[in-house]
Amino acid sequence: MTQYLRPADLRTALEALRAQPLAVLAGGTDHYPARVGKPLTDDILDIGALTELGGIAEHSDHWRIGALVTWTDVVNAAHLPPLFDGLRLAARDVGGVQIQNAGTLCGNLCNASPAADGVPPLLALGASVELRSTTDLDTLPLDNFILGPRRTALQPDQIMTAILVPKPHRTAASHFVKLGARRYLVISIAMASAVIEIDDARRVTLARIAVGSCSPVARRLSALESALRSQVANATLGAVVEASHLAPLAPIDDVRASRDYRHDATLTLLRRLLDELGARA
Amino acid sequence: MNDIGLPDTVTAFTVNGREVTASAPPASRLADVLRDELRLTGTKIGCNAGDCGSCTVLLDGHQVCACLTPLARVAGRSVTTVEGLAQGGILSRVQVAFHRHLGAQCGICTPGMLVAATDLLSRHPQPTEAQVMDGLGGVLCRCTGYRKIIDAVLAAAHAVEMPEMPPLGSALGSNAPKVDGIAKITGTDRFGADAIPAEALWLRVVRSPHARARFALGDLHAVLAAHPGLARILTARDVPFNGYGIYPTIKDQPVLADGQVRYRGEAVIALVGTRQAVEAIDDAALPITWTIETPVIGLDATRAPGAALVHADKPGNFLVEGRVRCGDTAATMATCAAVAEGTFETSFVEHGYIEPEAGFARRVGDRIEVIVTTQTPYMDRDEVASVMRLDPAQVRIVPSACGGGFGGKLDLSVQPLVALAAWLLERPVACVYTRPESLMASTKRHPARVHARFGADAEGRLQAAEVDAVFNTGAYASWGPTVANRVPVHAMGPYRVPHVNTHGHAYLTNEPVAGAFRGFGVPQAAIAHEALLDDLAATLGLDRLEIRRRNALRVGDTTGTGQRLDASCGLGQCLDALQPHWTQALDDAAAHNAAQQRTRRGVGIGCMWYGIGNTALSNPSTMQVGISRDGAVTLYNGCADIGQGTNTTMLQVCADAVGLPLAQFGYVMGDTDRTLDAGKSSASRQAFVSGKAAELAGRDLRRRILSLAGVNEPATLSIVGDRLMIDGSDEQHAVDLAMLTADERGDVLIGTGRFDPPTTPLDENGQGVPYATYGFAAQIAVVDVDLDLGTTTVVRMIAAHDVGRALNPQQVEGQIHGGIAQGLGMTLMEEYIAGHTENLHDYLIPTIGDVPPIETILIEDREPLGPGGAKGVGEPALIPTPPAILGAIRHATGVRVTRVPVLPHRLRAALLAMPADAQPTNRSNQQ
Repeated sequence: MTQYLRPADLRTALEALRAQPLAVLAGGTDHYPARVGKPLTDDILDIGALTELGGIAEHSDHWRIGALVTWTDVVNAAHLPPLFDGLRLAARDVGGVQIQNAGTLCGNLCNASPAADGVPPLLALGASVELRSTTDLDTLPLDNFILGPRRTALQPDQIMTAILVPKPHRTAASHFVKLGARRYLVISIAMASAVIEIDDARRVTLARIAVGSCSPVARRLSALESALRSQVANATLGAVVEASHLAPLAPIDDVRASRDYRHDATLTLLRRLLDELGARA
Repeated sequence: MNDIGLPDTVTAFTVNGREVTASAPPASRLADVLRDELRLTGTKIGCNAGDCGSCTVLLDGHQVCACLTPLARVAGRSVTTVEGLAQGGILSRVQVAFHRHLGAQCGICTPGMLVAATDLLSRHPQPTEAQVMDGLGGVLCRCTGYRKIIDAVLAAAHAVEMPEMPPLGSALGSNAPKVDGIAKITGTDRFGADAIPAEALWLRVVRSPHARARFALGDLHAVLAAHPGLARILTARDVPFNGYGIYPTIKDQPVLADGQVRYRGEAVIALVGTRQAVEAIDDAALPITWTIETPVIGLDATRAPGAALVHADKPGNFLVEGRVRCGDTAATMATCAAVAEGTFETSFVEHGYIEPEAGFARRVGDRIEVIVTTQTPYMDRDEVASVMRLDPAQVRIVPSACGGGFGGKLDLSVQPLVALAAWLLERPVACVYTRPESLMASTKRHPARVHARFGADAEGRLQAAEVDAVFNTGAYASWGPTVANRVPVHAMGPYRVPHVNTHGHAYLTNEPVAGAFRGFGVPQAAIAHEALLDDLAATLGLDRLEIRRRNALRVGDTTGTGQRLDASCGLGQCLDALQPHWTQALDDAAAHNAAQQRTRRGVGIGCMWYGIGNTALSNPSTMQVGISRDGAVTLYNGCADIGQGTNTTMLQVCADAVGLPLAQFGYVMGDTDRTLDAGKSSASRQAFVSGKAAELAGRDLRRRILSLAGVNEPATLSIVGDRLMIDGSDEQHAVDLAMLTADERGDVLIGTGRFDPPTTPLDENGQGVPYATYGFAAQIAVVDVDLDLGTTTVVRMIAAHDVGRALNPQQVEGQIHGGIAQGLGMTLMEEYIAGHTENLHDYLIPTIGDVPPIETILIEDREPLGPGGAKGVGEPALIPTPPAILGAIRHATGVRVTRVPVLPHRLRAALLAMPADAQPTNRSNQQ
């Protein structure tokens, strides 16, 4: 018989998950589209009532984004510093407002689509994910969590309870750009996000750059990050970008764009992203 | 407990302020619960995947997709649906604004739009246009082009008044509000999936996952035995005459495939039973043994020597051809000062109506009734009768409200299957396509390869036009012959060309069935003729608008088919009206580009003509208008209103013809038992053909009334209660309607009108009078191209259309907006690829943020045959848009696009392929 569990506390939820395999349902925005015209036969663990997993909280050295935090929560979180501008831009471009009101950031990571809008900005933020089971609490860098298209390190008895974003050491700024063939409701052809930290002389002390939809899993561009270090943040920061920086990417041909175009457009996106960020930081 | 093992639980929540309980599995989609359990069918299901937003509801005041919301989530919470927007019978401000500004055409997206707008206005009571777009960006509309929706939401920030019905004698030409508008904005209009009886069985079609295969069916009795919820499995053997098709002589498409499939998505068998039972069965577990064959894909493959045949009786996979020939193009071309030539390709395009195919059938004695979303009730009747081997009089089609058609609901979908199942099982049977099913199974726009060569004299006057247009008609004939015949007539463009040789031919492939889609191939051909006009202008140093003006067809000119145009040729007026906009747009683009923006701005122009009605075929319409014993006036309107507004415009025409106020009229739409055949809602014909019939019916009724009363014109009619008053010039008469004898519909007075536009057959050279009249239009597009990304943003459109007479100017504008939006989609983003774009997030149609401001200019060069001088506008709205946008891209970048859609990667590749010295520049690549 099909089950639908909707516990009110995390412990009960984790115990249920240890006892049997369950599909964890947060916002539902990926669960239902995968079942169009099909019967709803999954055993479900609905975590929507676990109020302890809500909210974006500031801690001494990090921010904690709970598992129930939606895209709209991020858009509306006025207390978040400019560090989160990129994530906020990404949130505003996820589906329509309907999806932003329901879909969660953690769900986006667990779904692990190559085009997941949340992954590049969270990679750029250096985010980690918190995974809980009845016995363990693991914290995993996001880079190590998503293993491939629709494949993650999440164990069947685990729930992703939060995303952890480290606080910057210096003045930080972030940005996000998404490229698609229409204005709204777009699955990106390519997208890029960046976080930079700068010193008092406006020199870049740290850069994290990530690109999505151009590889099975969104990737950081470490060579570009290195090249940015010590550069002065200004409106021509993007001039640093070189084709060789895209080596970690493996774009493909699909209905949205060609492989060559993705490569070429990503260079443009990155240059614009960094120009804008350099001017703003 | 239901029959798939999900425990039903009782969930209590609030809907529209009312406490309700729903007994359903907790994982159920809220959309299904609202519609099926609570019978709140105002919430529509367009995709069940969060892609279209038509199921948008408020959950504690915030918009969500009801298709993605588990029932369990709403326990104890408050849900607001479209039915809850009006308070105490008073429409909300945004509903009134939608009614006043024509925010609804077909109305299928309207509930979602209204709910999203309500959420937006609660957060931003005085929104900007950008905020409106952000707030409504999650709801797709395929009819309106969104601009009137934006107008409506902006207007709703202020006091807004209900629109009024026009007074006596001035209905035609007025902006009468939609007579079905209130139903559309309150969620009470009933679409194909909205009126299904609770006791109906469900039918689910099992479709081919292969483009070309043979198959054998195993033991279906075992399947029936294993699934108690199944009532019957229909196969090809159950279909009395297993072939249908648009043309009386080409019934090539099986209702259910008989051992062979010719495209991915073709119907193989149909499962009938409880909804849960038919949905629970895994197609892969059914006893169907497939022998997969290599499909014939694309025009090159199907025309290659020795290509496998799609149909054994169609050698060379050749379906049909049409020609127009006059003069001597070859000899003339040699004398021309300038000759332009090119080949242009287009893709499969999906109609993308937001309402998937849906309906149900019930057997009533020895008759079958089908309640269905359709564009063509009488053709459906005849086709259902044909496949079931019944007399057409045994079949009744009752059209539901139609949530968009655009040509895609001219072919049969659920009709023959639900009819057959209901007939055999003697129970109501319903079928609602899923979105992927709708995309896979339904017809598409014909992909075309158009080769054209145009020659002009030194003044730019066209002398000769040669066009060879090849069409991929997919797996079955459908409307292929229509396209192949219509295109040669139009392929030289709306221009005076003395020497013409045009050829259209269509080939079968193992691809989606290409059918009717807004323009029947003419949009594809227009891309070619307009590009060549731009080429000739460039070669001869002429302005692009000027060369079109010099060639524009005018009254007294003769077309390529030898038809002399005696009236209503308004292209010249359209171009004159556009001239100041053109000059200003060119100046504006030059200033933009001089300022070294990241984008290059370009301006383009596209012209078109379009024959109204069927090509060289009789296509009559008959309308009736009656007055009942109790004084009710009813138009028996055979037109299927698919959103274009014929429910309203036919009444406008008829009301003035009878001489009674529009507000006094009721109507019956399309029910084949209660209306006569008004033909199909296609070929832009209803305003012209059925409008004329409605006018004649109204006049006939008036004549009968005056004759009954013995009064001559001038006279004034009025109805008070059951008394019909006739005020003559010198005396007043009253007719006591209750004393007259009523017919079977309850009417005591009836007027009938029939109109068949005068045409002649075309001879072997395509000479004759294929259409009684033509629509004309010219549109200007302004675009910004991001050179580094290859993305195109349409900045604004200016559209001048000769519509003869605008029966309802607001509705005409709405048609133009919607046509432009579809033309924009076809040009920039839409490409259906079987197996890859079978949902609305991979198949992209324009969103609210993609359609620019549109200025419309209505030219009314009266058509003497039309009602009040009207012609049609539905298809003319779309046809000039792709060439105008492509011309603007070329103006901006120098790239002469030869393939649509111009996806960013294609435009970027074309830019990179240009010689370095020809490449446009901008700030960012000067770095």
